[in-house]
Formats: sequence, structure tokens, C-alpha cells
Amino acid sequence: MGLTMAVNVAALRFQIETALAGRVPAPFAPRPVRVETAPFRIAEVDELTGGLPRGGLTEICGPPCSGRATLLLSALASGTAHAEACALVDGRDSFDPHSAAAAGVKLERLLWVRCGNIDQCLRATDLLLQGGGFGLIALDLSVLPPKTVRYVPLNVWFRFRRAVENTSTILLLVDRESNAGTCASLVLRMASETARWAEPPARRAAVTANSCACLLDGAQIQAQLVRSRLQTAPGARNDRSFAGKHDAGPAASFQTKTEWSYGKEIAKTK
Amino acid sequence: MAFASIHVPEFSIQAVVRAEPVLRERAIALMEGFPPQERVVAVDAAGARAGISLGMAKSQAAQFHSVEIRQRSHIEEQSAHAALLDIGWSISPRVEQTAIDSIVVDLEGLGSLFGSEEAMARLLTRRAADLGLAVHVAVSANLEVALHAARGFPGITVISPGEEAKRMSALAMEVFSPSAEIMETLERWGVRNCEALAKLPLLELSERLGQEGVQLHRWARGQSRRALILAETKLCFEEEMALEYAVEELEPLAFLLGRLLDQVCARLAARSLSACAIRLRFELDAACRDESLLEESAPKRTGPGEIAHRRSGENKSYEKLFTLPVPTRDSKMLLKLLRLHLQGDPPNAPIVRIFLAADPAAPRAMQHGLFVPSSPDPEKLELTLARLANLVGHARVGSPRIPDSHRPGAFEMSRFLPGRDAPEAREKNNSLNERAALAAFRAFRPAPRAAVAFRDGRPARISFSDVHGEVMAASGPWRTSGEWWREDTWSREEWEIEIRPAAERDAAAVGPSAIGPSASGEPRRGIYRIYYDALCRGWFVAGMYD
Repeated sequence: MGLTMAVNVAALRFQIETALAGRVPAPFAPRPVRVETAPFRIAEVDELTGGLPRGGLTEICGPPCSGRATLLLSALASGTAHAEACALVDGRDSFDPHSAAAAGVKLERLLWVRCGNIDQCLRATDLLLQGGGFGLIALDLSVLPPKTVRYVPLNVWFRFRRAVENTSTILLLVDRESNAGTCASLVLRMASETARWAEPPARRAAVTANSCACLLDGAQIQAQLVRSRLQTAPGARNDRSFAGKHDAGPAASFQTKTEWSYGKEIAKTK
Repeated sequence: MAFASIHVPEFSIQAVVRAEPVLRERAIALMEGFPPQERVVAVDAAGARAGISLGMAKSQAAQFHSVEIRQRSHIEEQSAHAALLDIGWSISPRVEQTAIDSIVVDLEGLGSLFGSEEAMARLLTRRAADLGLAVHVAVSANLEVALHAARGFPGITVISPGEEAKRMSALAMEVFSPSAEIMETLERWGVRNCEALAKLPLLELSERLGQEGVQLHRWARGQSRRALILAETKLCFEEEMALEYAVEELEPLAFLLGRLLDQVCARLAARSLSACAIRLRFELDAACRDESLLEESAPKRTGPGEIAHRRSGENKSYEKLFTLPVPTRDSKMLLKLLRLHLQGDPPNAPIVRIFLAADPAAPRAMQHGLFVPSSPDPEKLELTLARLANLVGHARVGSPRIPDSHRPGAFEMSRFLPGRDAPEAREKNNSLNERAALAAFRAFRPAPRAAVAFRDGRPARISFSDVHGEVMAASGPWRTSGEWWREDTWSREEWEIEIRPAAERDAAAVGPSAIGPSASGEPRRGIYRIYYDALCRGWFVAGMYD
């Protein structure tokens, strides 16, 4: 009985597909929904991810000094440059306005909420999401102990995801480990490769005891795509909608530069 | 030319009812005087029916349980009079404040805006009802006729030109408020209304009652004419409330503030204005004040939602000024805002008097642009900011601002006011931004102390918090100092160091394959900024490049 019904359904499906061939490409496939994205303003990361998905939760995780704040500031700079109001919920008051201004963040368009604990962070994020109208809300929990963040119930991330769904708000979560699980539309794992100095440390040590002449030039950062549900343009590298947690997803490397290094490059350009 | 007179019957009672709307359906008697000499000075119709009469002692009036006894409030009467003037100014700039309970409005030239005279009278009645006042309105080409008709006839009265004498004839003599002596004389003559007075011969009346009698005769015949005495237009929206019992808790206080805000916002609406700032002042109960708190007489550091705040021990008052990002007259939103601010910074003693004023401004006119990104609704944003300030503290919410100072890491918090401007044109150095990202610095606040070991004049090992490692590369020292004329002067020697934690170093000794991420979450490598504070004589970690 069941087998007959299955055969009938398959036959009916085949008949409909044949009738609509040439007019409708895949009548039974869910209609692809294009997600609007905003750029990170880092070409390599934008190419890797397709940008920050609007109406979704993006998670950036990684150990300290791995480039998480660099990516966060780039996203904030991108949002504020487009005249969007952005909010940063700072888990332990570690945001540096000087560094942000140098990265291109328009500080007057940034709401900085300096929290003291995880509870304040989550409540502040709730309030901002309820208020609405922000282009980007970043929740920076990277300086909090990983254990504290791990104990945040999963329903909190579900609630946050639901709150931004069907809005143009980007919710960006920065932490040490990936905690939001399946609630995140995009997960990036950051890792620092090498620091670059203006002169090799060995030579510097040999030439002079005090290394005033040698400056920190920047670092090489690697961003690995852990999960992406974005339906990007055909031909993009992350056409697949999901990369498993333990699957080594595609990665991109990019260079960061320190403030003085920027100044030097601008001077050269002039 | 036509004039509309607006009269508030039982003004003292209506002023009290306006401040306490629950009394609207109750019988009320107002008392005045100092105990034990308090006497009934006003009673409404329901109270009079119940048996209360003027001049009755409080102890007698208290026997009538169905009648609410209240103190007469001159403050509330002044507020009601200000509201009455706002009703007049809401349709015409030419208003005369004839008495505390009556005003006259010049309706000349308003027909094209508001329609017929009757329509204007209805509009005035409706606006008065919005402000909590039940009024009588009379319209006439004769100012005095309009004034007396409003006092004598209930509801709306429109008197056509030429009909003044006829309509006035039905009015009782009390509407003219003659002196007691003349009133007694007229009663003795059997003159009880205008019709009877108008029939008296003017010459003989003048001989017996003097100029006052002549004036009464003219009024009764509807022949008296005078020019309108214009009141100076004021944009003053203040409401005050003296409390019989001191309020200690926020809930009843919010209830009272809600009433005052409703009244202020209704007055603003009548004048087509909004509030750009709310000034709040409480007079505190001197007997109960907390001296330790009242010592804060100097202005406190203000939060983003307010620009001034004062607690004065001498004045026993509590003052706050709330500036709003956009003009508004939404009383519910304003009440939420005041509640949130008062929750965060409550007065330190029971409140005995409330003063609330709104600074008027033109309402917000906003047009969304097609290419302008959406931004938070200013009113909702203000509430969100107030809630956030309640959650984390006023000084910890806002936009960061970099002050004109060389002090490392200096910043200030300013009010968050996202503009609705268009996206900026691409900057000249945008190509640089796209080529490489800026290495972001993450500050440690407060900076943890570090133990630094030197070798050959360079940091060789460092230990702070849970990070212990060998310095692989270092850049420095960068010496800075400044603001020596201040107490919080600084003088430091900065180094940028790349460290490798001890665990990794040990693993590296075993073999390269053993090197991996630290299980405890410590960095494999990290670039930190450390400094030697010459004043504290110690090493600190300013932050890390993340």
C-alpha cells in the first residue's frame, strides 16, 4: 500500500517536472532567498564569506591576538561609513576608541555600551535589538572567560537570531569559541600566523640593544570559514550552504597594519 | 468683528479636579484657612445638593461622607489659568485675560481657518475638555456681552448682532458681580435680571446708584463697548503640584508625574508645539532628608540623557533637566524616560512639591530619504539609552569621543546622537583600507600589573595575570609624559612586545609537532603593549593587538 503510494507520488512528481520543463527550473526545490550582505572592508574576507549577512547572526571566534578585534573594527567602520547607527556591547570595557578611529570607525555613529559582566551584555543586547534601527549590533564577549560564555543557554542565541530576522540589522558575536551553534548564519574562526616587524628581530638584536628603530608593522591573520548559510552569487567560493564544525572549511589570509604603518603608506602614496 | 468669551464655572473646583481627574464624578468641597479655622470656600453642585454650604467648618463638612474634601490650591488655579490662556492662544494671538476664570478671544479673520463662529466655539470647548476644563463659551460682536453671556449661559451661546439686548435680558444680576450694597438695593427694588434693570430710567438710576449703576445699566442693555486688552503671549508650560502628604516611593511619584506630563503635553498640543527639554524640580521634606546624600550640592557628572542635575542641601530641592534628542509631546514616552532616570538617581527625601516645566520647540518635521539608511527612531532610542544607562550606569553608555589630549588611551563619553545624513563619499585613502586592515588594539581596563625581566636593556620575560612568557621581539622604549600641572599627570615608557607563552616554549623544546593552541585559551603568540609607569614605579600591560 505504502509502496504504491510512493510510486504514485514519484510518478506525479516526474509528470509535473516534465510538464514544467523549460519554464520552471526546479518546481519542488525551495525558492532561493538572496540574503543582503554588508562588506567587512577586507577584500580577502569579503571574497571568502560574501560579507556580513543582514538579518542574521555572525560569529567570529578565535583565541586572543588572533585578529577578532580587527575584523570587528572593520565591520564597524564599514557600517558607520554607510551612515548606519552601530552599537557595540563591550563585555569587559576593552574597546579602544583611538584604534577604532584609526580603523575608520565614525565614533559619533557608534553606541558603546561598556558592560561589566555577561548578564549586562545579554540584557543590553536584548534592549538594543528591541529598540531596533541599528545597522550593526556587535556583542564582544571575547575578553570574558570562555566558561562564562559557554554557559549562556542556547535559547538566548535563538532569541537574538529571531529578533534580527527580517530586519536589516547585522548581529555580530565575537568570542573565543563558537557558542551560538546553529543559530549563526556565518561562523569565522580566526588565527594569527606571524607578526611582522619593520626589521627582523634577529638583525635588530644584533645591531642595537634598544630596538627603537624597529617597529611593529602588523600581523598575518587567517580567517577560516566554519559555517555559512549565505546564498551568494553563483561562482562565489562559498556556494555551499553549510560547512560542518569539524570540516576544515575554506580559509583566507590577510595582513593587518599598525597605525604608523598606515601613515607611512599614505605618505608614500602622496 | 466677533469675540468669544471662555468662562470656567466653579474655577477653584475645576482646577483641583484637573489635577486629580478621579474627582470628576464626585461631590467636592474646597477648604481654605489654617487649622482649626478652615472653612468651605467652594462647593460644586453635587456637594451643595448633599448639604454642604459655604463657610461651613471642616469638622462639619467631614460629616458628609459622600463629599470629597480638598484644600484650595492657588498653585493649581494658576496652572488652570495658564491652560485657559493656551486654549485662547491655540486659535488666536489676540487674547484678553479678563479674570482668572475668564478670557476673551478675538475671532476676527479666523473664519477661513476654523469655519463659522459656532464651529469655533465648539473647537474651543473641545480643546478645553482636552485640557481637563469644562467651559462655557459665548460669541458676540460685543466684547462685554460675550463676557457676561459666557458667565450666565451654560454651554455654547452665539449671539447675533442686534440681538444682544434681547439675549441679555434673561441673565441674572449676579453675572455682573455688583457690589453687595448695590445688589441689596436692586433686590429691594425687585430688580433680579437684566430685563428689569434695562427698563429703569438711566438718569434716575445714576442719581441713586452712581456710575456703577450706569455701567450695570449699559451692560444690561448690551450697549457697553470697549477695546480688547491684549495679554502678552507667553510660551511657558509649567505645572506645579503641592502634595498634602509627602511621597516617598517611585510608583506614586510616577503616577503624579504622569498627570503633570499629560497636562503639559495637552497644553503643548493646543499650541502646536513639542517639548525639547523637561525641567523637573522636587521640593523635599526637610525633616526627613538624608544629610549624607544632600551633601552632594555640587553638580554631579551628568549622564547622556541629561545636561544638568543639582541637588541642593540649602534649598532642600532636587532638580533635573532632561534634554530630548528630538522635540516630542508624547507624555507616555516622557514618563517612561523620567521614571528610568529617577530609578537610577532617586531623590533622597520624601517629596512635598512637584514642579514640572517643558521648554517648547517646533515639532519635529522629518522626511525619510530614499538613499538614507534607516536609523533608530529617536524617541525609542532615547528610551533604550535610558534603560541601558539604568543597566550599566550613565557614564558607561554613549558615543566615544577622543579629547584633545596626548594622554595615552584618553577618551570621553558623549551623548549618542546618530545623524540622518547620507553615506559618505568614498574617502581618498579608502583604497588603503581595502588593501590591508588596521591591527586593532584591545585595551585592558584597568591595566594589570606585570613582572618584566630585562636582558641587554630589552624585556626578556614577562608575567601578568595568567600569561607568562618569553619575549620574542620587542620594540621600544617610547617615552611619553604630559600634563605635569595636573594631579593625574603621566609619565611612561612603552614597549610593544611579541611573547610566546611558557607552555609553548616547553612544547617547542620537545619538538615542533607538539606546538598547538593552548588548552587554557592562552595565545600561542601575542603582541602586547606594556609600559613602565614612572610615577607608580611599576610595569603594566596596556592591552593587546587583537
